[in-house]
Amino acid sequence: MHNYLDFEKPISDLEGKIIELKKLAEQDDSVDTSDEIQKLEARANEAMVEIYSKLSAWQKTQVARHPQRPHFVDYMEALFEDFTPLAGDRAFAEDAAIQAGLARFRGQPVALIGQEKGNDTKSRIKHNFGSPRPEGYRKAIRVMELADRFGLPIVSLIDTAGAYPGVDAEERGQAEAIARSTEMCLNVKVPVICIVLGEGGSGGAIAIATGNRVYMLEHAIYSVISPEGAASILWRDSARAKEAATSMKITAEDLKGLGIIDGIIPEPVGGAHRDPEAVIAATGDVIARALADLKGVKDLRKQRREKFLAIGRNL
Amino acid sequence: MNWLTNYVRPRINSMLGRREVPENLWIKCPETGEMVFHKDLEENQWVIPASGHHMKMPGKARLAWLFDNGQFELMSQPKVAQDPLKFRDSKKYSDRLKDSRTKTELEDTILAGVGTISGVKAVGVVHEFEFMGGSLGTAAGEAIIAAFEKAIAEKCPLVMFPASGGARMQEGILSLMQLPRTTVAVEMLKEAGLPYIVVLTNPTTGGVTASYAMLGDIHIAEPGALIGFAGRRVIEQTIREKLPEGFQTAEYLYQHGMVDMVLHRHKIPETIGRILSMLSEGVKSKAA
Repeated sequence: MHNYLDFEKPISDLEGKIIELKKLAEQDDSVDTSDEIQKLEARANEAMVEIYSKLSAWQKTQVARHPQRPHFVDYMEALFEDFTPLAGDRAFAEDAAIQAGLARFRGQPVALIGQEKGNDTKSRIKHNFGSPRPEGYRKAIRVMELADRFGLPIVSLIDTAGAYPGVDAEERGQAEAIARSTEMCLNVKVPVICIVLGEGGSGGAIAIATGNRVYMLEHAIYSVISPEGAASILWRDSARAKEAATSMKITAEDLKGLGIIDGIIPEPVGGAHRDPEAVIAATGDVIARALADLKGVKDLRKQRREKFLAIGRNL
Repeated sequence: MNWLTNYVRPRINSMLGRREVPENLWIKCPETGEMVFHKDLEENQWVIPASGHHMKMPGKARLAWLFDNGQFELMSQPKVAQDPLKFRDSKKYSDRLKDSRTKTELEDTILAGVGTISGVKAVGVVHEFEFMGGSLGTAAGEAIIAAFEKAIAEKCPLVMFPASGGARMQEGILSLMQLPRTTVAVEMLKEAGLPYIVVLTNPTTGGVTASYAMLGDIHIAEPGALIGFAGRRVIEQTIREKLPEGFQTAEYLYQHGMVDMVLHRHKIPETIGRILSMLSEGVKSKAA
């Protein structure tokens, strides 16, 4: 069953009819619905192209949060071999909101890190809906440090609504963990490639997002605060999230325009969840190109620092 | 870079510069309700004499209190893009900036100065909370980076006094980018072998805590200061429980190992001076 977003109503109507016709044809061999189905499919596709060619920032937010959107684990399984997850921060606990480990990417050993949101109730709870606690960031720090020592490039896949805002997280130094993780990510001498898959939620995202190359999926969002949060702070009304999403400039296109990201990975019409294989393959190609590109960069740490220092200086 | 040479004599300056606002003449202690005359409060570095409650301290007064004889060279604010997102909430961001500039007579929230602390040369950086809640945007980021660069050029330590609600929402993603940008600055200072001391003041929250405020070699906090990452309301909504007593206070952070000491404001310059003199001697003997 497909989960439709509210603005996808024209698509869901057409696709609903297609399903009905298919059922009808199954029940009764004498009825030929194939012509009608073809027509409807063409119309549904047209509607989808039309809607997805001009998504608003708020609509993109909904696509970025779509429950069926491919997550870390889908990319990990399709793009990496020999994934060997590493666990724990060696101080307090293991945090499954952040996944980290060693893997091979097209034969090359790398360190892979990222947030995992989970894809059903059980796994969502296990991964805390992709909102890491300090131990998650401290695990990321451990793995980045390991990668740095053994010369492994780091691939970071970002997808979080934000770091977990809980008493326990504060108690164990959420802010410090994020600051240290950002620091480590900026300090390593190996290539760091970051891709915002869905939500790039504020500090919880930036902690593992300071790469030599930073990309976003076409409908991903990256923001200092969620549109709902911004609306409740700025207008004292979280219902104005739509407005906030637009004025905050959170889309891939906005960030490319501001010189904050290096590129946009196109999504299939209808969003990544409509054709996960295609978007995952495109992501793989971007990682491969970035890795090849960065071979030519002599001082990766310097390049990374200069890249971030330059942000905002030419606006 | 264009460094403004401006030796500030705080006493004279505050006498000349003070705007007499009648309702500010008497200040109420938030803890005890006691009314304190503003001059008494200023003379006591904005600590209520009877209760010991630490009020917010104006940025310039803070620098004057930090540096020997109240003397320091104030750094100029680097030029940055104004309102790059053309942001508007209930008010235009450009108007908010104008209002804050009129109110505080500052360009933005960061004030940085160079002086000596117990005879040790240092760069001091403060957030003026009155300027849009000390929020971190591009201007603040650039000023912080410039201050770190100045410390590196002068081969001296940097002392940071954050006071901030966090990232400046009106600059969207650009405010988030100040987290890595300022972190790069901290790293450059550390690589130059120079000490970095953070004095957490009320309040230090959000993106500021999640970057340069938590990367000090030594963390000092003022009593009762609110220090944390997520806002109290957000946490309460998430966990649907009342927050523990004293949650996210300086003392709470001390208990949880996040700060080295909670110090009365009066003891801070002397303590920093003592720490810096020891660390700086170490640096010198290493170089020798």
